[in-house]
Amino acid sequence: MNLDQALETFFAEARELLQAMEDALLASDDADSAEDNVNAIFRAAHTIKGSAGLFGLDGIVAFTHVLESVLDRVRAGELGLDADLTSLLLSCRDQLCALVELAAQGIAEPDVATATAGADLVQRLSGYLGGESVPVKATAQVAQPAARSDQVHWHVSVRFGRDTLRNGMDPVSFVRYLATLGELVHVETIATGLPEAAAMDPETCYLGFEIGLRTAVTRERIEDVFVFVKDDCDLRVLGPGNTADDYVQLIRSMPDEDTRLGEILVSCGSLSRESLDLALEQQSVAPKGMAHPLGEILVQRGTVEPKVVEAGLEKQRQTRERRTQEGQSVRVDATKLDQLIDLVGELVIAGSSVGMIGQKAGISELNEAVSTLARLVEGVRDRALQLRMVQIGGTFNRFKRVVHDVSRELGKDIDLLISGEDTELDKTVVEQINDPLTHLVRNSIDHGIESAAERATRGKPAKGTVRLNAYHDSGNIVIEVSDDGGGLKRERILAKAVERGLIAPEQTLSDSEVYDLIFEPGFSTAAAVTNLSGRGVGLDVVKRNVAALRGSIEVNSDEGKGTSFKVHLPLTLAIIDGFLVRIADSTFVVPLDMVDECLEMERGLPPTGRDYLNVRGQVLPFVRLRDVFGVAGGSQLRQSIVVVKQAGKRFGLVVDTLLGEAQTVIKPLGKMFQGLKGISGSTILGDGKVALILDIPALVERVEHGETATLGKKDRLVA
Amino acid sequence: MNANAQMIAEPAATVAESGQYLTFLLGAELFAIGILAIKEIIEFNELTTVPMMPSCIRGVINLRGAVVPVVDLAARFGREPTATTRRTCIVIVEVQDSAERLVVGVIVDAVNEVLEIAPSEIEPAPTFGTRIRTDFIRGMGKVGGKFVVILAVNRILALDDVAGLEGLQLNGELADAAKPAVTV
Repeated sequence: MNLDQALETFFAEARELLQAMEDALLASDDADSAEDNVNAIFRAAHTIKGSAGLFGLDGIVAFTHVLESVLDRVRAGELGLDADLTSLLLSCRDQLCALVELAAQGIAEPDVATATAGADLVQRLSGYLGGESVPVKATAQVAQPAARSDQVHWHVSVRFGRDTLRNGMDPVSFVRYLATLGELVHVETIATGLPEAAAMDPETCYLGFEIGLRTAVTRERIEDVFVFVKDDCDLRVLGPGNTADDYVQLIRSMPDEDTRLGEILVSCGSLSRESLDLALEQQSVAPKGMAHPLGEILVQRGTVEPKVVEAGLEKQRQTRERRTQEGQSVRVDATKLDQLIDLVGELVIAGSSVGMIGQKAGISELNEAVSTLARLVEGVRDRALQLRMVQIGGTFNRFKRVVHDVSRELGKDIDLLISGEDTELDKTVVEQINDPLTHLVRNSIDHGIESAAERATRGKPAKGTVRLNAYHDSGNIVIEVSDDGGGLKRERILAKAVERGLIAPEQTLSDSEVYDLIFEPGFSTAAAVTNLSGRGVGLDVVKRNVAALRGSIEVNSDEGKGTSFKVHLPLTLAIIDGFLVRIADSTFVVPLDMVDECLEMERGLPPTGRDYLNVRGQVLPFVRLRDVFGVAGGSQLRQSIVVVKQAGKRFGLVVDTLLGEAQTVIKPLGKMFQGLKGISGSTILGDGKVALILDIPALVERVEHGETATLGKKDRLVA
Repeated sequence: MNANAQMIAEPAATVAESGQYLTFLLGAELFAIGILAIKEIIEFNELTTVPMMPSCIRGVINLRGAVVPVVDLAARFGREPTATTRRTCIVIVEVQDSAERLVVGVIVDAVNEVLEIAPSEIEPAPTFGTRIRTDFIRGMGKVGGKFVVILAVNRILALDDVAGLEGLQLNGELADAAKPAVTV
């Protein structure tokens, strides 16, 4: 076995477990699932410790061991999981994360900072350990008074932990000892956990037992038999005091083993082997077509209570379902996915060039075949792109931590409400949207939500709310970050903008124009600067990052009620809906979502020397792309104007010919064109030619910049 | 002399190993590129001009689905841009730029042949007289009594340099060439 590969798997698993641990910790104040959460946290720590031990990552083992001891006490109910402990455990998780990442980089010894942090955490953790009192098992608390005088039937269900043999215990010895307490009615060995012979580790214990026991001793005595292994085995003892419900529960909680219904019931002791055999016989004797399901027969015969059968059936179904779900997801290397998408992109190009040849040749049969092919290829492309789609839920869940930490730091009580987490978008977009979203969320917490006192005077609940929402909107995804805080203060923004000379005092602005001011670099109305925000660095970066993803931000605010930021993003960065235009011999692509309308440019209009038009009574400035690109030649007889809308402004692009829309796969231009402003990428057309994609905002910037410069020099050239 | 030649050959030692060179014409002059840097040679057809770039970057081509930039060697040497004829070819070369491998097409007037030139047959470049920047030349190969200019492809296609050229144009010309009608 390749150890490196196994290590890789360990790191991937550890990261997932740490994520699960964080989620569970953040959800730990949720009373309904408190126990599940504590178990999840413990499980994560325990698994990491175990696997790390296998690879000899002693640093991780040592740290996790202390953590595990504290968690064990929490699990046993000796320690309450209060806010302080949660925070400490979160820090421990981070420390563990750091240790795992260090190990992943092949650094065995943590650096000084990490080591000190670790020692500090261990110190704090041991504060919770105190004097080691013997932990009391929760199961023992529901002790049943056992009938002392005569022997009764007990059912013991035990699954030994994996490490039982390594710890020097022999499972059989427990069974032997049980036999000394009374009469063993029936012992059923559960070996379904046993893997294939090749995969079996002889030092690992895979066994469990279902034991029927007639004895006069108490429940405690039976449980005491397993005292040496009780920490890592799954033990259930059912006796006279237990009703059918307890058996139902036992069936439900049994580890997923593909046991047949009858056997589950038999091994539970609620059904004897004889009655099962009888029922089985009846099933096989019954004429074909009339065969009743086994469960039904058992109920009819009154052997078991319907509830118990139901639970058994349910259990079987769940096992099956889980199996299929596991089979449905496959871990794939991201680069393989990219390669596939590249290939599919080329397939689309090759397909459409075949289509063009077919049309030129005019063979109808060929054309028909090609159109079928084209449809299939398009389907393949759509599916391939969907492979890259991931749900945004994972990203959203990370903000639980951000909100938890930031609100604690600021002393605010804030709830994070998440919706639309199953909305899907491209993996690359998800990766790059994380930072801007973090900024927005922090911004909402710090500036949006008021202090508790302020909220009280406004009649709002003391607990603030930040909402994250995502949904699809006509081929785009919208991510919404909103809060129920104080809202943007229009007057203060205006005053600040005037003070900073961004606008003239007498200027009248619409609400959205005012709100857009907050995206100006260095703009902040915060009276105090905290170490989170308020320095005015941030929102401009957010805007730039979002623009780099071909997205936009919209702000809505209601003073006193809250603010909402809507981030519009394209679903994928790999494909663009484009509008093709021709200038001289070259074809260019204008992103379709920016195109507003197309106009025919009348000959001789407008007169040369001015670059604006009157369109339905409004001024429409335009850019002559021929001039900007410095192209000559080709017919200029009937030029057209493509009206594009960008950042709320409309302007025209003068082109030679309109070619219509097309969906194109974006190919980045190489490093050689890095400094090129105005062209964002390229795409390959159906005929194999390369077309360049226009970067409208950069182009306009370039033109604006250029015009100011030329006019400044007073030697403006007449185009 | 020997030591001198070695010193010159050093920057592109990997290419020098083989001793095989592809010779081609640029105008009437014979040039050579080490064969290991060459991926393939294709006919010159469809080329998409990229506007607002220096004249030595002619544009981009579609090389089986990949968009590859094409450099005009003549223009890079500060001569008249290559006029395309029936024999014009694009030599696809792969160069190392810092950490990345860069695939670039180079326009040449005509491709000749692959020659074996022994290291002893390579003279250091003269400091002047070739009318090409000396750092672009790796040496002068002697073939049949004539000289062939062996080019240092890595230097010629060095990104910072090409981009630097463009930067010059952007900074220097942007002010008065924002209406690039001037350049036409």
